[in-house]
Amino acid sequence: MKITMTVNGKAVSGDVEGRTLLSGFLREHLSLTGTHVGCDTAQCGACLVHVNGEAVKSCNMLAAEADGADVGTIEGQANADGSLNAIQQAFQDHHGLQCGFCTPGMVMSAAALLKENPRPTEAEIRKYLEGNLCRCTGYHNIVKAIMAASGQDVSSIAAE
Amino acid sequence: MYSFDFEKPSTVADAVAALGAEDAQALGGGQTLIPTLKQRLAAPSKLVSLSGIAEMQGVCVEDDGSLSIGGATTHATVAREAAATYPALAALAGQIGDPAVRNRGTIGGSVANNDPAACYPAGVLGSAATIVTNTRQIAADAFFEGMFTTALEEGEIITSIRFPVPQVASYQKFLQPASRFALVGVYLARFADGVRVTVTGASEDGVFRWSEAEEALNKEFRPDALMDLRINPANMIADLHGSKAYRAHLVSVMTKRAVEACM
Repeated sequence: MKITMTVNGKAVSGDVEGRTLLSGFLREHLSLTGTHVGCDTAQCGACLVHVNGEAVKSCNMLAAEADGADVGTIEGQANADGSLNAIQQAFQDHHGLQCGFCTPGMVMSAAALLKENPRPTEAEIRKYLEGNLCRCTGYHNIVKAIMAASGQDVSSIAAE
Repeated sequence: MYSFDFEKPSTVADAVAALGAEDAQALGGGQTLIPTLKQRLAAPSKLVSLSGIAEMQGVCVEDDGSLSIGGATTHATVAREAAATYPALAALAGQIGDPAVRNRGTIGGSVANNDPAACYPAGVLGSAATIVTNTRQIAADAFFEGMFTTALEEGEIITSIRFPVPQVASYQKFLQPASRFALVGVYLARFADGVRVTVTGASEDGVFRWSEAEEALNKEFRPDALMDLRINPANMIADLHGSKAYRAHLVSVMTKRAVEACM
């Protein structure tokens, strides 16, 4: 079936099967491979994107369900001039990643959190990230990066 | 996943018609169904998405004070929009899965699936809610028939669920952190005409009412009223996360916490 949607501000369309996942449509039809498929069981959150502004695990949503939707992926996060946005820059500044596999999902999750809660506490960030798994960092620097991206002082929390 | 057709009707009538096809299946938010399909544990000929049906969306307060929630309403919406009217139910919705799962998963999907460890069945049965379908209204006490089994007929759709709002209520979830389901969850609701105590995650038969605890709390509504009560572990679930005895113990502990939260 034919589906059309807006991805990172651009109108796109494609011919998909009923069983095509949104993650597969983004990666294989649109070559937007920044959205990672980690567990494929909707637990790890590496595939997290925004659908009509809401955080969604794209490996657990059919592409056909996103027909007509406004989708945001990690490729749409950078500033217009190509520089890193505040969240991405904070991840770099505070070493919020090691292998980087979970990072696209972490950044998209952080963006969704900061939209609904612009100055979250450390506890609120940890709670919000329950659906995003990182096997390298132990989360401390991810939490720190998100706090820094929201303009808060991070000098007193979590070791580098 | 095996191949299937996809349809997204915009009215309940069209969805019912689409579900008339052989081996067609309704799709709520898909947070359980899609992983099930990936495992090839189901092979529907057609998935009928319920997410495009406007009349099945949203939370509203009825004239009699009860809370009506559309079957296709997401957990995130319930957590947000039911908070003022029925805080315990909103809190339950806000503890399901994780934020991204709550943005897709729906109340109708969860209740129709009746996973033995899901949160909503405890809230629905504990509130003595009414399940409204495209053909009839079913009292919660007659709806949940056992693990993954409900009174729903083939092709019947939960269009909304109506919750009487209790004087006070609390959901106490002992999280199984890998699945994010309840290892044991207890919902306690106190109405003018009595207390209801429901348990999820514990029984081989799915959600159930713990009538002995209800009787004890109807006599005396305080945590100590449960002191000498033990639930029989014979029918409890045993798996690598907890034995029957462990789950039976948790039922007592979580019920006591629910009473404390209501004091």
